[in-house]
Amino acid sequence: MLSIKVGAAAVPPAVLAGMPRLRWGWAGAGLLALAASCGVGVLVGPVHIGVGTVVQTLVGGAVDPGQANILWSLRFPRVVLGVLVGGTLAIAGAAYQGVFRNPLADPYLLGAAAGANLGATLAIAFAPGTSVLGVNVVPLAAFVGAGAAVSGAYALGRSVTGLRSATGLILAGVAIAAFFNSIQSYVQQTQTSSIRQVYSWILGRLVTAGWDDVLLILPYVLLSVVAIYLHRRLLDALTLGEDEVTSLGIPVRRVRLIVVVAATLGTAAVVAVGGTIAFVGIIVPHTIRLLVGRSYRVVIPLSVLFGAAFLVLADAAARTVVAPAELPIGVITAFLGAPFFIAVMRSTRAAAL
Amino acid sequence: MSDIVLAGVSVAYDGEPVVRDLDLTVASGEWLALIGPNGAGKTTILRAIARLVSFRGEIRIGGRAVTELSSRDVARKVAVLVQEPQMPAGMTVAQYVLLGRAPHLGYLGKESSRDRRIVRDVVRRLALEELASRPLDRLSGGERQRAAIARALAQQAPVLLIDEPTSSLDVGRQQSVLELIDQLRKEQELTVIAAMHELTLAGQYADRLALLVGGRLAAIGSAAEVLTEPAIAEHYRAQVKVIQMNGSGTAVVPVRN
Repeated sequence: MLSIKVGAAAVPPAVLAGMPRLRWGWAGAGLLALAASCGVGVLVGPVHIGVGTVVQTLVGGAVDPGQANILWSLRFPRVVLGVLVGGTLAIAGAAYQGVFRNPLADPYLLGAAAGANLGATLAIAFAPGTSVLGVNVVPLAAFVGAGAAVSGAYALGRSVTGLRSATGLILAGVAIAAFFNSIQSYVQQTQTSSIRQVYSWILGRLVTAGWDDVLLILPYVLLSVVAIYLHRRLLDALTLGEDEVTSLGIPVRRVRLIVVVAATLGTAAVVAVGGTIAFVGIIVPHTIRLLVGRSYRVVIPLSVLFGAAFLVLADAAARTVVAPAELPIGVITAFLGAPFFIAVMRSTRAAAL
Repeated sequence: MSDIVLAGVSVAYDGEPVVRDLDLTVASGEWLALIGPNGAGKTTILRAIARLVSFRGEIRIGGRAVTELSSRDVARKVAVLVQEPQMPAGMTVAQYVLLGRAPHLGYLGKESSRDRRIVRDVVRRLALEELASRPLDRLSGGERQRAAIARALAQQAPVLLIDEPTSSLDVGRQQSVLELIDQLRKEQELTVIAAMHELTLAGQYADRLALLVGGRLAAIGSAAEVLTEPAIAEHYRAQVKVIQMNGSGTAVVPVRN
């Protein structure tokens, strides 16, 4: 049969250089950025707390109980939530971009957030306090709503403009989001008894975030991130044409379904605590493609690290720019993300992803 | 063994028949050229053999029906070179060739050092070493075609299906690509089925030619048998002169009255 000789000698540098892999330097830079941003996130706040105190608190040394309380019940959980929300939004954005072969795909632009909000609102208004198999029904409803929005945007975008057009999918997502938002507003205004709870869900709770919020979303976030991470090689393969991927024996439909479900699950979970935070899924993966490389073996892990770092920093900025008041974090990400989005849109006319 | 047998194969797209009741046998190690006018079903036959489209009838590779194989097993037996391979911008040649190892990996598996060595050897064999870390979008037409062949070769499948290997190449590159495929066929004992537009080149490189018209087999045999003036006039509606060149094949030359 086949007789390509398989030599035992080391792979020559030229070939190695072209092979896709995450270099330690970049992984280290990502970890460093994450650690630094967490440091900033913990140190910034209305009450001054020094680095020494933070370290003492972490290692269980003797510190002022007031300051320890601020750190443990306010700042630490907020930073941890920022990490989870940012990492998930960035990896979900990269995943949607790979599966839909669309550089403009973002969890928010696809309508996932609007869908999650609608699902959660319906659950809070009409089935308060219900649980299915011991799981609170609100996150489940948010997931179903997000999934409905993303699949609706996909079906609509494909039927109107075909998948060749990057903007068709996004326009469909915007239309779906507007439609879902209108229903959501109607339910919210007519079900006055639950309006406060609905508001707190939709605006996000990073401000009042506690460890219970971390625990609420952690399982979904972990499931989502791990599932997408495991598919990074297959996401690279999906950049080939349809017949070519299939002829490599890759089950294209299964890969698409699993990755979309994972990205949507993660998005629905972080919407619950983060509120509306757009463009993280665009800014972070595209910056990595620009600086490091386009292989998903690089884009996926680095998106988690830099997405987390980016959101923690954005949150620190949201807390300080107009102190003592706070800006919603979505204001910061949209301010940075919208011009970025336009730049990506202009460049995709030349080169499709 | 990698002989290919098609028995009563029919393919329809949206109820429209494209290939009708086709019987075809290709011996192991043979190069069969599929020729015929546009829309004759050449690409569709290749897609059916690689199980990229559903069909009626039976297709067997090395004695085994492709419908009984998993898609991964099919990919280990059949490598496909599509007419216009998608070359993702920013992907390096080495990374692209590495994708050819996919059929040998588990669903979430990772390439081993053996896979990487195979890629290295394929890259070396096709003289792509200098280009290994170059992005695909910065290759010339001929280099892209070699990268695509390398990716197919990394699959280590005994059957190579090629759709129009020479479209959009100049005459020198057409010859060098076909020479390369022929050398590889002999080295690797590949069975090659290629849809070919250039009748003269098809006659020079393939062992046999199958002339398809409207999804049916109109003629099959050597170049001298299939490439006749009446047959080409009838099926291609072309005015041609067929010249037998001593020892260097059959030339099909368009003529203008």
